[in-house]
Amino acid sequence: MADEDDDIILSELDDEELVAQMHDDLYDGLKEEIEEATQILLARDWAPYKVLTVALVAGMKVVGDDFRDGILFVPEVLLAANAMKAGMAILKPLLAETGAPKVGKMVIGTVKGDIHDIGKNLVSMMMEGAGFEVVDLGINNPVENYIETAEKEDADIIGMSALLTTTMPYMKVVIDTLVAEGKRDKYIVLVGGAPLNEEFGKAIGADAYCRDAAVAVETAKQFMARKHNQMAG
Amino acid sequence: MTQDALSRLLDQNDWLMADGATGTTLFNMGLTSGDAPELWNVDEPDKIRALYQGAVDAGSDLFLTNSFGGTAARLKLHEAHTRVHELNRIAAELGREVADKAGRTVVVAGSMGPTGEIMEPMGPLTFDRAVEMFHEQAEGLKAGGADVLWAETISAGDEYRAAAKAAELAGMPWCGTMSFDTAGRTMMGVTSTDFVSLVESLPNPPIGFGANCGVGASDLLRTILGFAASGSERPIIAKGNAGIPKYVHGHIHYDGTPELMADYAVLARDCGARIIGGCCGTTPEHLVAMRAALETRPKSDTKPTLDEIVARLGAFSSASDGTGDNAGAPVRERRGRRRRD
Repeated sequence: MADEDDDIILSELDDEELVAQMHDDLYDGLKEEIEEATQILLARDWAPYKVLTVALVAGMKVVGDDFRDGILFVPEVLLAANAMKAGMAILKPLLAETGAPKVGKMVIGTVKGDIHDIGKNLVSMMMEGAGFEVVDLGINNPVENYIETAEKEDADIIGMSALLTTTMPYMKVVIDTLVAEGKRDKYIVLVGGAPLNEEFGKAIGADAYCRDAAVAVETAKQFMARKHNQMAG
Repeated sequence: MTQDALSRLLDQNDWLMADGATGTTLFNMGLTSGDAPELWNVDEPDKIRALYQGAVDAGSDLFLTNSFGGTAARLKLHEAHTRVHELNRIAAELGREVADKAGRTVVVAGSMGPTGEIMEPMGPLTFDRAVEMFHEQAEGLKAGGADVLWAETISAGDEYRAAAKAAELAGMPWCGTMSFDTAGRTMMGVTSTDFVSLVESLPNPPIGFGANCGVGASDLLRTILGFAASGSERPIIAKGNAGIPKYVHGHIHYDGTPELMADYAVLARDCGARIIGGCCGTTPEHLVAMRAALETRPKSDTKPTLDEIVARLGAFSSASDGTGDNAGAPVRERRGRRRRD
């Protein structure tokens, strides 16, 4: 590699270069470098929320885009998400102290009758990688697991996953129950899984169908932005 | 050591027909969503016998045991992780019973599906733990009389290697297929070309390797062509889904008719596959049509082109599968990577 001798000292970079370097390091899944750079920015009096959004979340967007476009695959994305989470671990207590706005909180699980969880786990990891708090309910969840947990955790998003054509209709049961209990508008409902499609998502009354984990993250961010705008307005 | 039943059949035949769907068939028999199919080996043995018999009667030369989710990692989700040996052994015993009554050689292939966990460094599963879990399962299948082990729907190279190691530890011949469901690659980004290199690098390579499940017959055949282009002499396995599940007027159905699966089977053979079967949605009715087509239609001397596959079976899910002339995926321009000590 041409840059083999070009050893970069993170602390010697100015802010702009350091953030660009962090985006690259997230892309390469370099956990320790992300931790170090996060500490450097904090030491330079960056607000924790600014570090989160400008350095980490923006860097993960590049990763998500390249995953969507078939340039990166799951292993690279998971390494990037792990690096992001390491930075997030440093920021989390500080964010709480400073009362910074939250990216969002999601309750996620595979629906009743369904024991598949790889896709759901990927979404979970990528959502955490994008700065969301995730409460993972695991597999085979009846309607009350989703709703009771979402209420207790004051979640913004309910995410449901199914791999089987026999179990995906259960998503409608959960949404219908939310409607019946007058809670539908409190939550953004996202659905995903191999046999689903957009038409199905609409038919059952979900807010969106998410084709893959990257789309789930982008969709969640869009809906959260809308939610914040509504609250501001 | 005497030759295993699968190798013997491969020596005697140009092609073999494998089985169809396990899950689809069991759901049709009343398996409740959410229950572990493997528990039926003990609780509903007659239904498992019927599952196997369906494949034998449709003309399958081999069938997979009802043990796909039989690793401790999967059975733990049903609090049955202490029953790995028992559930796998009985899956194979029931298979042995059905196969030995067939009046011809039918291979009992001990199915080993993915652990469902993500391996290091991305996830928590270590290589050694993966080997341990597959090995535990393999010993149960061996004790029940399986002829070969059959890893399927694998997406990570390391998990495939772990299954190979488990087969070595159990002293069993094995086959192994991956699922190419993400733009022609596995979920973990493995291309057909990568997979051949992996297979040939193993100290105990499988008898046969190939692709199963995924997204429709067209994609699967493109993957098979990728294997064949690598020049590997090893038997190639094609086990594609019976079309793609569609949600139509509130109901789900797989759009692959028996006629389409018959076309798929013949095309799979033309692409270079020697062991041909179905996966999700493939019923005995499909298998009968596939067998008839394989027996009556001649094998073509030339491999089908991608265009011919699309014309016969439908469009691909993605423009490229990451191999050959299309391998040059766009690369992101980045700053220089730092030296790591």
